[in-house]
This record gives sequence, structure tokens and C-alpha cells, in this order.
Amino acid sequence: MHPNLSFEQAPPLSVPFRFFLTAPLFGVAAGLLLFVQGGAMLGSRWMPGTLAGTHLLVAGFMLQTMCGALLQFVPVAAGGNIWRPRLVAGVVHPLLVAAVLLLATAFLTEHTMLFLAAAHSFALALGIYLLVVARALWRTPACGATIITLRIALAGLLVTLIFGVALASGLARGGNLPFLILTDIHAAWGLGGWALMLLAGVAYFVVPMFQLTPAYPAWLARGFPWLLLVVLLLWTTQLFGFSDNARIALLLSGLGLAGVFAAETLHLQSRRRRKVSDSTLWFFRTAMISLLALLLSVALFVMLPTLSSDPRSAVWLGMLVLVGVFVSAISGMLYKIVPFLIWLHLQRLGGLNTLPPTMNQMIAERTMRRQYFVHLGALALLLAAVWLPALARLAGLALALDCALLGLNLIVAVRVYLGFKDRIHAAAGDR
Amino acid sequence: MPSLTEPLHRHHKHCDDLFADAEAAVAARDWERAGPLVVDFQKELETHFRTEEEVLFPAFEASTGMVGGPTQMMRFEHAQMRDLMDQMQVALSGRQGDNFAGAAETLLIFMQQHNMKEENILYPMCDRSLAAQAGPLGVELSGRLAASCLPVS
Repeated sequence: MHPNLSFEQAPPLSVPFRFFLTAPLFGVAAGLLLFVQGGAMLGSRWMPGTLAGTHLLVAGFMLQTMCGALLQFVPVAAGGNIWRPRLVAGVVHPLLVAAVLLLATAFLTEHTMLFLAAAHSFALALGIYLLVVARALWRTPACGATIITLRIALAGLLVTLIFGVALASGLARGGNLPFLILTDIHAAWGLGGWALMLLAGVAYFVVPMFQLTPAYPAWLARGFPWLLLVVLLLWTTQLFGFSDNARIALLLSGLGLAGVFAAETLHLQSRRRRKVSDSTLWFFRTAMISLLALLLSVALFVMLPTLSSDPRSAVWLGMLVLVGVFVSAISGMLYKIVPFLIWLHLQRLGGLNTLPPTMNQMIAERTMRRQYFVHLGALALLLAAVWLPALARLAGLALALDCALLGLNLIVAVRVYLGFKDRIHAAAGDR
Repeated sequence: MPSLTEPLHRHHKHCDDLFADAEAAVAARDWERAGPLVVDFQKELETHFRTEEEVLFPAFEASTGMVGGPTQMMRFEHAQMRDLMDQMQVALSGRQGDNFAGAAETLLIFMQQHNMKEENILYPMCDRSLAAQAGPLGVELSGRLAASCLPVS
């Protein structure tokens, strides 16, 4: 294969967009679930509602957008050819949607068959997805820190899937699995090995690109994924027994690495050559500050055992990482990716000399800024509600509103796309 | 030894700087300052495009026989960026800050992904396939970029 093939491999717009447009709905669902269940849902990470809500966010919102984004990113930015992207997206996307709904329902109803059905759906959807994307990422002629980090992220997703399927099958069949340990391993790989790894790999690429910052230093870009991988592998050995001290040391090491990545990102952004700041920059900063807050919180919990013995401390960490880090970063990214891809497709469709609406005409900066403040409000309420359960319902509504506005803004952009596409077709018909 | 395409890498960064200054001036609605800054940016970017289209790409195509491949794609993207620059120019003349910002935002992302494709894929291919004529070609590339009034820093 000649490397020049990678020049023009952008998939059809529907491939990433079907993931992007359904993801906010899962965020809305998570918010509404909290609204319905109220403060009880935030009492501990093991409540059925908490587990359902968590998976609506991680597998419904995060995994969906990340899978969609990677199908675009791998061919365009990493030079990898995705095999039949439209077909793959057409199969993987509905399977993933079904898998998340089955899993959330399984947690809420504790219906064993549903766990099994969810496990099978996830295994099939992500099995296909991993095969196709891994093949593209291992065959690409491109190299560099982003490619390595993305490859490790895919491995992270595979491990997350394996432990997730084991857990779901265990819940379905009953039996004597070490659920606590397996859950901690599953969560670490999902959040660290897949989500954070992918965020870092993409950040190496887009942070300098969106804000004209200096590049990430090579030691960090190359060292971060491998060191995080080592921490995750060591974390997995708790399957064979582990002291509390080893556990704390590894947790702090992993989060310390995340903290270095976050601090360097903020530092780079403070040195950006582009003087104009936009919503994406603020979303990204919020994500990085949340990541630092996560590290500080864990350090604090280690020092104050009375606090960490409170089951709500884990819920606090969950809120920070899911809503603070990932919902923020993903929202900011979507606000760049979606309008830009629409512009690109309209431009290609109309040919040169057509002037599609510019990115800011698809989603106005004001609108994105407004949603950013709603998001900040939702995050603050969710964090407060962990300790003040009376706020839980309001926080749930705020999260639902946050994600609904994100989704609506994306839909507005898609409507601009459809409208302009019709005009191009009409103009072509007139000629 | 610096590679053949090294001056082009550096010139990308130079264009980024000019872009940032122009965009900031318009964002501050400092139209007096913005006018010349936008012109500087446009001029440098155009020089960059022409250097590639008239020197580097033909040499690459002659040496590899690949005419319809990546260089064709890059030429097309140059045309797309010229359209966006025109849009920026129109917005500037009409002092329409929001329209300028929209076109600038789109151009920035387009330009960055274009640069990355060049820097990560096309330039390394050029460095390999044009190694034999790197001397004279390199002189011409640097000469053209440096001659475009502003120093290549």
C-alpha cells in the first residue's frame, strides 16, 4: 500500500455523525435518571441507579463519541484505511446503542438475562470495531506519539471489554467472582487505558492545531502512554492479591501521570500563539482542571481515611472524571469537529467557488458559550449533590439540560448542512 | 543536515504567527491594524502555496511519476484555502467581524490539518524521492520563501 492512499480517506459524514448525534441523548438519560431517583443514587457507587447512570455516561456518551471520532480521525489524521466505514458504523452504532440500553436496564431491573444480552452486544459491537480500527492503525505508514498512544488506547478498550463482559456474565450467572476487584480493574482500563489514553493521543494532535500552541514535549508525548500502560498492568495484578499500600501507590501514580498531562496541556494553552479564546478552549481547560482536581481529591482521601471510608467519596471522584473531565473535553471537541466536517463535506459537494457557511455560522460562538456555562453549572451542582443529596434532582435536571443543549446545537449545525446541501443540488439541477 | 523540506516546515509556523496576529486584531475590532496584518498573512500563505505548486510538487511528480496523487490533493486544498482567504478579505473590507472570525476559524483548522498531512506524509516522501537533487532544489525553496519580503524565522 502506498502512503498516498491515506490522503483522501475521509469517511461519509454519516459515519461519525450517527455516533455524535445519539451520544447527547444518553447524557440526557443519565440526567433524567438522577432526577427520578434523587439523592439515593449518589449514596454509593454500587447503587443500581448509579451503575446504570455511570454506564449511560461512559458507554452511551463517551464511548459513542469516541468510537465515532476515531473512525474519522484514523483515516484523516493517522493515515489508516478503515475497511468499509459506512458498513462498520452501520453495524457497530446500533449494536452499541442497544448494548448501552440493555446494560442500563439490566442494572435497574437486575434482570440476569439482560446482563447477558448486554455483554453479547458489547462484545459483538466492540469486537468488530476493534478489529477494523486496529487493522487500520497497525497498517498505517504514519508514525509518531499519536499513533502509538492510539494503539495502546485500543488495547485499553479491549481489556475494558474483556473485564466488562466477565463482570456482566458473572452478574447474569451468579457465582463467586471477585466483583469488587474486577470492577476496579474494568474501570481503570476503561477510564485510563481507553478514554484518557485516547484523549491524550488526540490532544497531542488537536491542542496545537486549535490554539496554535507549542507541541507537547516529546518526553511527555512518548512517555505518558507507556508509563500509564505499566501502571495499568500493575493495577491488574491485584487479581492475585494486593496490599492496600500498593493499591494507593498505583492509584496515585496513575493519577499523577494524568496530572502531568493535564498540567502540561494547561501550560501549553497558556503559551498559545492564537490570542482569540473560544468555547472549545474553555471546555478543554475545564477538563484539565477537573483532572487535576481528581488527583488532589484522591490525595486528600488518602490523607483523611474518615473521608475515604465514606462511600460518597467514590461518587465524587466519578462525577469529577465523567462529567468534569470527559463530558467537558468531548463537548469542546464536538464543537470543532462537527462544524468543520460539515464545512468540508459541503465544500467537496459544491466544488470550488461555492462558499459554504463558515464554522461559526453553523453554531454561533454565543450559543456554544451559553451551553458551556450550563455545563459548568451542571458540574457544580452534581459535585455539590454528592454531599448535599437535596440537590440531586436539580443536578440531574441540569445535566439533562446540559446534554440536551449540546445535542440541539449539533442538530442546528446538521440542519444548516442539510439546507445548504439542498441548495447545492438545486443549483446543480438548474444548470 | 536539515532536510530539503525543512524551510517549508518553518514557513508553516511563520504563517501561523501571521494568522494569529491578524485574527487577534480583527477580534479586537482594530481595523486599522488588521488590514495590513491580513494582507501580510495572505501574501505569505500565497507565497507558500506557489512555492509548493511551482517548485516542490513538479519536482516530486517528475521524480516519482505520481501526478494524480497527493500533490493533486494538496493543490485542491490550496484552492479551498484561497477561497477562505477571499472570504476573510471580503469580511475585512465590510468590517464584518463575525464573518471574518467564522472564515478565519475554518481556515485555521483547514490549514492545520493540511499542514500536518504535508509535514507527516508528503514532505517525508519528497525528502526521500528528491534526495538526489536536494541541493539546488533546497536553495530555490529557501530563496523563494525568504524573498517574500518577510524573513523566515
